[in-house]
Amino acid sequence: MRVELVKRPQQSALFSALSPFIALLLTLLAGAVMFLFLGKNPADALYYFFIEPLLETWSLHELAVKAAPLILIGVGLSICYLSNNWNIGAEGQFIIGAIAGSILPVAFPGFQSPIVLPLMLLMGIVGGAAYAGIPAWLKARFGTNEILTSLMLVYVAQLFLDWLVRGPWRNPEGFNFPETRNFHAYAVLPEIWPASGRAHWGFVFAILAALVLWFVLSRTLKGFEVKLIGQSPRAGRFAGFSRSRMIIFAFLVSGALAGLAGISEVSGAIGQLRPAISPGYGFTAIIVAFLGRLNPLGIIAAGLVLALSYLGGEAAQISIGVSDKVARAFQGMLLFFVLACDTLIHYRIRISRRVVAAKPIKAPAGHA
Amino acid sequence: MSATRENRAGNLLDVRGLTKLFGSLKACDGIDLTIDRGEIHALLGENGAGKSTFVKMLFGALEPAAGTIRWKGEEVRIASPGDARKLGIGMVFQHFSLFDALTAAENIMLSLDDPAPAGAVAARARELSEAYGLPLDPNAHVGDLSVGERQRIEIIRCLLQNPELIILDEPTSVLTPQEADRLFDTLARLKAEGRSILYISHRLEEVKRICDRATVLRQGRVIAHCDPRRETASSLARMMVGDEVQAVVREKPSAAREALLEVRALSRKAGHPFAVSLSDIDLAVHAGEVLGIAGVAGNGQGEFFEAVSGEVLQEKADAVRIRGKDAGRQDISGRRLMGAAFVPEERLGHAAAPLMTLSQNLLLSRCRTDARAFLSRLGIIRQGAVAKAAKRIADAMDVRKAGEDPEAAALSGGNLQKFVIGRELDRAPMVMVVNQPTWGVDAGAAARIRQALIDLSKGGSAVLVISQDLDELFEICDAIAVMHHGRLSAPIPIGEATYEKVGLLMGGARPEAAEPMLEAV
Repeated sequence: MRVELVKRPQQSALFSALSPFIALLLTLLAGAVMFLFLGKNPADALYYFFIEPLLETWSLHELAVKAAPLILIGVGLSICYLSNNWNIGAEGQFIIGAIAGSILPVAFPGFQSPIVLPLMLLMGIVGGAAYAGIPAWLKARFGTNEILTSLMLVYVAQLFLDWLVRGPWRNPEGFNFPETRNFHAYAVLPEIWPASGRAHWGFVFAILAALVLWFVLSRTLKGFEVKLIGQSPRAGRFAGFSRSRMIIFAFLVSGALAGLAGISEVSGAIGQLRPAISPGYGFTAIIVAFLGRLNPLGIIAAGLVLALSYLGGEAAQISIGVSDKVARAFQGMLLFFVLACDTLIHYRIRISRRVVAAKPIKAPAGHA
Repeated sequence: MSATRENRAGNLLDVRGLTKLFGSLKACDGIDLTIDRGEIHALLGENGAGKSTFVKMLFGALEPAAGTIRWKGEEVRIASPGDARKLGIGMVFQHFSLFDALTAAENIMLSLDDPAPAGAVAARARELSEAYGLPLDPNAHVGDLSVGERQRIEIIRCLLQNPELIILDEPTSVLTPQEADRLFDTLARLKAEGRSILYISHRLEEVKRICDRATVLRQGRVIAHCDPRRETASSLARMMVGDEVQAVVREKPSAAREALLEVRALSRKAGHPFAVSLSDIDLAVHAGEVLGIAGVAGNGQGEFFEAVSGEVLQEKADAVRIRGKDAGRQDISGRRLMGAAFVPEERLGHAAAPLMTLSQNLLLSRCRTDARAFLSRLGIIRQGAVAKAAKRIADAMDVRKAGEDPEAAALSGGNLQKFVIGRELDRAPMVMVVNQPTWGVDAGAAARIRQALIDLSKGGSAVLVISQDLDELFEICDAIAVMHHGRLSAPIPIGEATYEKVGLLMGGARPEAAEPMLEAV
């Protein structure tokens, strides 16, 4: 017996639209089973995980704090993935953006002026873009596999940050903790409504970036170029678009947005550099991009959903005492179901038995 | 075995009411057909008439929705190509599935149901190739072989299964006239052995020459069973198309005018092991002229098209000149802006993006040349203007489509080709380069496309047509040059060109040798 995927002649439009929701539903079901095995009441667990965080104003702010980097990185990745460039290293670009943006408040704490914050954001953008430029250039010039190079550079960035905060950038008044000094007031990204919670301007950047890229992708020649080169590279070349310039463009845009996410996170949510500044935003954003169907507007929604899984993980840890790894498990299941749903929209499963002989339906009389 | 003998008198294959549905489309609608032993039976029809669907059902690649297949009088269900082979049905496909890096014998070995050692396969292949007049070295690498030789591998691969019915799908579309003659000898030999052949073709002269009976399909139905030798080419064409195919009208070219497209000493090294390198190609296409480039597929036409279109740049700027200006260092957009237009061979994936709509595909080749009409500031696409232009093109070329702006992949080959050609004609380009303009296109669409190319040249443009279809080139060109192994012969004016002369050049005869050989005949 053999199981095969057979391409469907046409895809159902209805199920294409429903697929993210079906994937969510399946994730919840699988999650309920998981809680059952952990010995918790699934209904309670799911309530603490997915409902409770939405009931309080401050936790809605937290949702925005977590969603901001996910959306920023996710929309950037959508440009990459639509143009067939598999940037897996957004986590590293996020970190380098955070480091580059932190140069001013950490290395030059005396420089205090209103221009510091815009400069920091700019340097974060440039840092992230430059770091994404490495795998892009390697791919365009030598044809290296960007999945490998961009992923490996994540570890380089993580170790570089670790070295910085334990070594040259360690806070001189910080009792030897591996942290930089706290950012001064001019270097902090302000909150949107300080009275009600912590949500900072990073969330506004995220929404703006999503809207702009949505417009670019759906209405402009550049967006057409991105999709055309992604769908059929030869037709893209026939149209006169350069594949290598597209590689560079896609990586720079997604690196820049990851860098902006990085500096927004440290200057908005954290206020200093630490060895770990991201709970895997750069990887989770890959799920966000696909759950949002590589459409920037969809990515806003998907970013909020995944942000909720982070919050839920924390809440569930406190309320019912499960490990925060549960959040990772949820994210993994969600990606699995999203991809599975998409696959089953394009393909159907055929189970065929090995032996299929030509069988006469009936043997006419007179034959041996 | 006894069953086989008892049935010797009866039909080999008897198909009744075979039907296949794709959604609401009846691709095959109650097809009846019988094939006798030792018969060459033609299956005629335009593209989309249901020939391929029908044959796929016989070969087990598709399952019929209704109808019966009787093989030697016994009703059978053919669920897979393996079943078909076991019954004794073999098929030679139009597009070969061979691995370039392997030898002929290794390719044959891969396709066998029962594994056999390479040496034995090679020996058997050599035996068959001698017995049936199909010269082939089993140890040659496929990548080094001509298309005709590759086809022989497919035929031998098929013969190894000792089939009683051999299905040939458009076998001569890739052959020179001389190679085709040799194939016909082989077919005659197979027929003399009592094997039957189902011969799919749209070349009517050929069918008249070698086939005993013909079945004509149109829109999934059998229109007629006939004896092709008693029909004329035009009566067969009428059955296929339903009404008279309009003959293409061509006028005498006026006196030579300025050269709008020039290629000077164009050479290009092969980019990968199975590409063809181009050497020293010279050519000029003048205003009001249609120049044809004949040649068997895989002799450098694709590489030449890439070089001329600017998808690949030249080292020397004057290697390609458009309207008297050097274009060798211009990319495809630059050459379009100089007044040239290009239509590549492959429709889906090269000329058009399959999953994009027609209006997006219009933008594909015209986003630079018509930037003013199609784009506003900041590169924002003026969807309305693009959609209107797409509609204009579809109307002008009679593109039949479901819906206002469907995806390219949803169109039939002929309709998409009309759109792809119309997209360029709509610009009234001064230079038009087309690779295989009517490949896999039905007769009606082909006639329309050819007429459109001639009309363009009459308007004073230079048209370069690369084609494997000699009939097409003789129909529309003012002169024909032949490409062989990456070299281009001098163009032969149409008045002096004959099938034999062009055919010999296609087979690799040196131009100067071609003439005396003919005279000797």
